[in-house]
Amino acid sequence: MKVSIKVNGAERTGDVEPRVLLVDFLRSNLRQTGTHIGCDTTSCGACTVLLDGEPVKSCTLLTVQVDGRSITTVEGLASGATLSAVQAGFHEEHGLQCGFCTPGMMLVGTALLERNPDPTEDEIRWAISGNICRCTGYMNIVKAIQHAAKAKAATPVGAAAGGE
Amino acid sequence: MFPAAFDYRAPASLDEALSVLAQQGDDAKVMAGGQSLIPLLKLRFAQPGLIVDIGRLRGMSGFARSDGWLTIGALTRHVDIERSHDLPRQLSLLPEAAHWIADPLVRNQGTIGGSICHADPQGDWGSVMLALDADFVARSSRGERVIHAAEFFQGPFTTSLGADEILTEIRVAATTKPSAGAYNKLERKVGDFATVAVAVQVELDGGKISKAGIGLTSVGPTNLKARQAEKALIGKEPTDANIAEAAKLAAQAAEPKDDVRGSADFKKDVVRVFVQRGLKTAVARAKEAKA
Repeated sequence: MKVSIKVNGAERTGDVEPRVLLVDFLRSNLRQTGTHIGCDTTSCGACTVLLDGEPVKSCTLLTVQVDGRSITTVEGLASGATLSAVQAGFHEEHGLQCGFCTPGMMLVGTALLERNPDPTEDEIRWAISGNICRCTGYMNIVKAIQHAAKAKAATPVGAAAGGE
Repeated sequence: MFPAAFDYRAPASLDEALSVLAQQGDDAKVMAGGQSLIPLLKLRFAQPGLIVDIGRLRGMSGFARSDGWLTIGALTRHVDIERSHDLPRQLSLLPEAAHWIADPLVRNQGTIGGSICHADPQGDWGSVMLALDADFVARSSRGERVIHAAEFFQGPFTTSLGADEILTEIRVAATTKPSAGAYNKLERKVGDFATVAVAVQVELDGGKISKAGIGLTSVGPTNLKARQAEKALIGKEPTDANIAEAAKLAAQAAEPKDDVRGSADFKKDVVRVFVQRGLKTAVARAKEAKA
């Protein structure tokens, strides 16, 4: 089946079997390998992408289901060489160890701050509760998202966030 | 993992979907958000010849109120119920239960109708629907019919829905009397199925319980309606003793099995505690709603 999906702002087309999962389309067809395959059973969140701005698990979506819709992957967070506020937060607060869960965590954090620019620690922990960090580095992941919230609050809308 | 091959249709309208099902319903599976079906397809527990994707149909999500009913579109996502602020206070059981479903990412994609039709005895919505005595509206090319929640769940993953029917909306009585509910769930971690969960809803009339609904999750071949416990509460004052008696009856109605989440005896006792706790919370909320 022919599909046309906006991925990180660019219109991408493909011809896929209906059974092809979105995560496989992104990784194999589009060669966007920032979206990871972890548990493959809707548990871990390594495959998180934003579907029309909201985090979902791309191992549990058919590519044909998102035809005509908009996907953001971790590759879509930075603007050129400038990290997004959340990416900069993970850099500053050492929000990753092995890095496997990081794309998912950063996308969930990004979507949370869009909806709720000043989340409590509890709200951050709830937001990332569908994403597992096998290094158990949750403390710094929470701090990274808090760092990003502060940075965004201090930056006028439209100005580039992040960096030093 | 990936599913076995299937044909795929994404009809542009409900009528088109119903006509596809009228012709090919026996070999077809309806998909809404896909959060229960896709895992089954990947594990190849389900291998339908055709997937009919209704997930992007318009006009089948959101809430409407009329004639004492709250209507919930079958394609309303869990997250939309969890974050809804315009539901009547008497029905706070809905957002409370939604918050416990799966994890935030699944709630962004999964729908209430899909979850109900999946009919997993470990699912949360089934118990909520039984506690609220909800009605389900099923459409087919033959017409429309209403199925009571208590007659809907036939067995594990089995409903009274015909192969050519689609659940289009859920109707819940929206009373103006002092009424409230509560959902209590024990899970090992976020995203795990319930070890045990209990939905309750009570209505008060002159200091006595005039209606009671109790639904049990993960303790039987379907979500269970604890009828004896419900009956025992009608016309009674919500005293500790009366609530304790109902909780005991509900625990007797549970049919849990020993598994990794706990022994059958343990789960029965959790049912007792959750019915007791839920009823006390619901009664307090109902009184508050009146005040």
